[in-house]
Amino acid sequence: MAVSVDKAVAAGPARDRPPRVRRRGGRGRGRSLLEVVLLTVLAVVMLFPVLWMIETSIKENRDVYAIPAEFIGFTVTLDHFKDVFVAGDGGRSALSVAFLNSVVVAGVSTVLATVLGVPAAWAYSRFTLRAKKDQLFFILSTRFMPPVVVVVPIFLMYRQVGLIDTKLGLILIYAAFNVPFTIWMMKGFVDEVPAEYEDAAMLDGYTRLQAFWKFTLPLLVPGIAATAVFALIFSWNEFVFAIFLTSSDSVRTAPPAIAGLIGGTTVDWGLVAAASVVFALPVLVFAYLVRRHLVAGVTLGAVRR
Amino acid sequence: MAGIEVTALHKRYPDGTVAVDHVDLSIGDGELFVMLGPSGCGKTTTLRAIAGLERQTSGDIRIGDTLVNDLPPAERDIAMVFQFYALYPHLRTRDNLAFPLRAEGLPKPEVHARVEEAARLMRLGPLLDRRPRQLSGGEQQRVALARALVRRPRAFLMDEPLTNLDAELRADMRTEIKHLQGELGATMVYVTHDQVEAMSLGHRIAILHKGRVEQIGTPLQVYDRPASLFCAAFIGSPPMNLIEVEVADGTLRGKGGLTLTPPPGLPRDRRLVAGVRPEALEVTAPEAERSVPARVVSAEWLGDEIIYVVDHGGQQDVRVRMPPTVRFAADAPVGLRHTGGTPAVYDVSTEELVA
Repeated sequence: MAVSVDKAVAAGPARDRPPRVRRRGGRGRGRSLLEVVLLTVLAVVMLFPVLWMIETSIKENRDVYAIPAEFIGFTVTLDHFKDVFVAGDGGRSALSVAFLNSVVVAGVSTVLATVLGVPAAWAYSRFTLRAKKDQLFFILSTRFMPPVVVVVPIFLMYRQVGLIDTKLGLILIYAAFNVPFTIWMMKGFVDEVPAEYEDAAMLDGYTRLQAFWKFTLPLLVPGIAATAVFALIFSWNEFVFAIFLTSSDSVRTAPPAIAGLIGGTTVDWGLVAAASVVFALPVLVFAYLVRRHLVAGVTLGAVRR
Repeated sequence: MAGIEVTALHKRYPDGTVAVDHVDLSIGDGELFVMLGPSGCGKTTTLRAIAGLERQTSGDIRIGDTLVNDLPPAERDIAMVFQFYALYPHLRTRDNLAFPLRAEGLPKPEVHARVEEAARLMRLGPLLDRRPRQLSGGEQQRVALARALVRRPRAFLMDEPLTNLDAELRADMRTEIKHLQGELGATMVYVTHDQVEAMSLGHRIAILHKGRVEQIGTPLQVYDRPASLFCAAFIGSPPMNLIEVEVADGTLRGKGGLTLTPPPGLPRDRRLVAGVRPEALEVTAPEAERSVPARVVSAEWLGDEIIYVVDHGGQQDVRVRMPPTVRFAADAPVGLRHTGGTPAVYDVSTEELVA
């Protein structure tokens, strides 16, 4: 094939054109083939752990340890999923309590961060403040370091005020981490809503807060949705604070609870996998539901009007 | 309708920016008053202070006989039209117009009658049941004007209402606003950075610069006798030629030898600059009577006129406005002479008009 192309090119100017077109077509096909191959490899590498997790969660224990590993043809069982929610004695399992804790902690901290962050973002967007840029930078700077850097001081402070091993403690620290993020992301959205709506409403007899509530806030809903999902994902997935600041089964959230399944003399990998699947699902579903808003949030500011 | 008095207005933001340094304005009842200036000159802040959307740091604002310093915007009985039309996006035109009236708590028949009247004035009939998204920019701005009208306010405040429209529409709306203002006898404060808009609309124009009023006057006064070097350089397209001159032998003489008739009462021993409009100069054949030798640097052919940029050996090239029939090639040797009356003369150090 390559030889024939070379021949055609060498044949002279008169016949130069058609082979060139053909060659370009061939290169295009080659590129798209390369793309497909690369993307497939990438997808397999990225998705294999997820796939393996799902497989393990529905395998019987003896199949989990089978060598060579069985990709297909094993007996499917849902026992592990039952074990996630139901304890051996028929009551609620520690994992199901942990999931409930995760829902409460992630949900409340996200609501708290949104309720505090959105008005703050509005204020930073609308008003001239002394050293506004410095304030905003300071707020952002709290996100510069990873949680593990501050976890020891936080631990000591929490011990003083009795917030160790409480859901409230986790809610507060997650909210504290999410407020800066909410302020920065929402400020972008508020900037996009013309201040004239509020001016017009104030001329029509509303107070500034009413104007914000009645006219600006409804236009911010997509932005709030996107921001809240990001905050929710952070709180839902957070591991470091959760494992350092909580210890009892009744308070622990899902990430440390799942991690806690590993480390005994025998590890029930089927249970670990099933718990991980259950843990991953809500965020996936939620992100899927608000995917349009998420994209809006991610690309915000990328396009200037 | 009512007049508006602004006394010693000063606005300083918490971050230290002084948006308005010192502004005094006296706007008459039924006057179309234009505030003109480059961006950041304080014109919009002044307007927003009159509206009550900004609280001034010091100074007084009176609308009619009422001191409105501490009144919220809604109680000042004014209506405002914004550059971005600020129509409520979820409301139909009809409800957008009725909105301020309902907020005031007027009875339904009254609301209906006023909406119909405003819609008739602005010819909005077919648009009444559309939402802002379904309207073009010009239509939106007409709705915004109508929304200001329905309130029958004591004064209208316009914040660059035509800036977002394309050129043709802008000219139409300009005529419409001027006509409307005349018909209603409305007091209108109009903020713009567009001098054509200011000249064509305003009964009087205030030119603002760095938070201060540089000049207040009718469009002709502002054009003929700019009160400061800033105004001279700001008004007119192209603006005045500013030529450094000396008083010699009863005439004003520029560096390039150009002679101008001196106005009476010129101060002695000061560096002076004469402001000469491009139409007060003439490009002539070389060595024409009273002309100084010059050279055409470039020519802008605008169709109805030609702007020649001419080097006559002065400190700066001057711009000359000529009819399209008078043609010289670039680089051609020509003559330059002054044909206008006495020019405006400024003191270089104070930058103000001296005679």
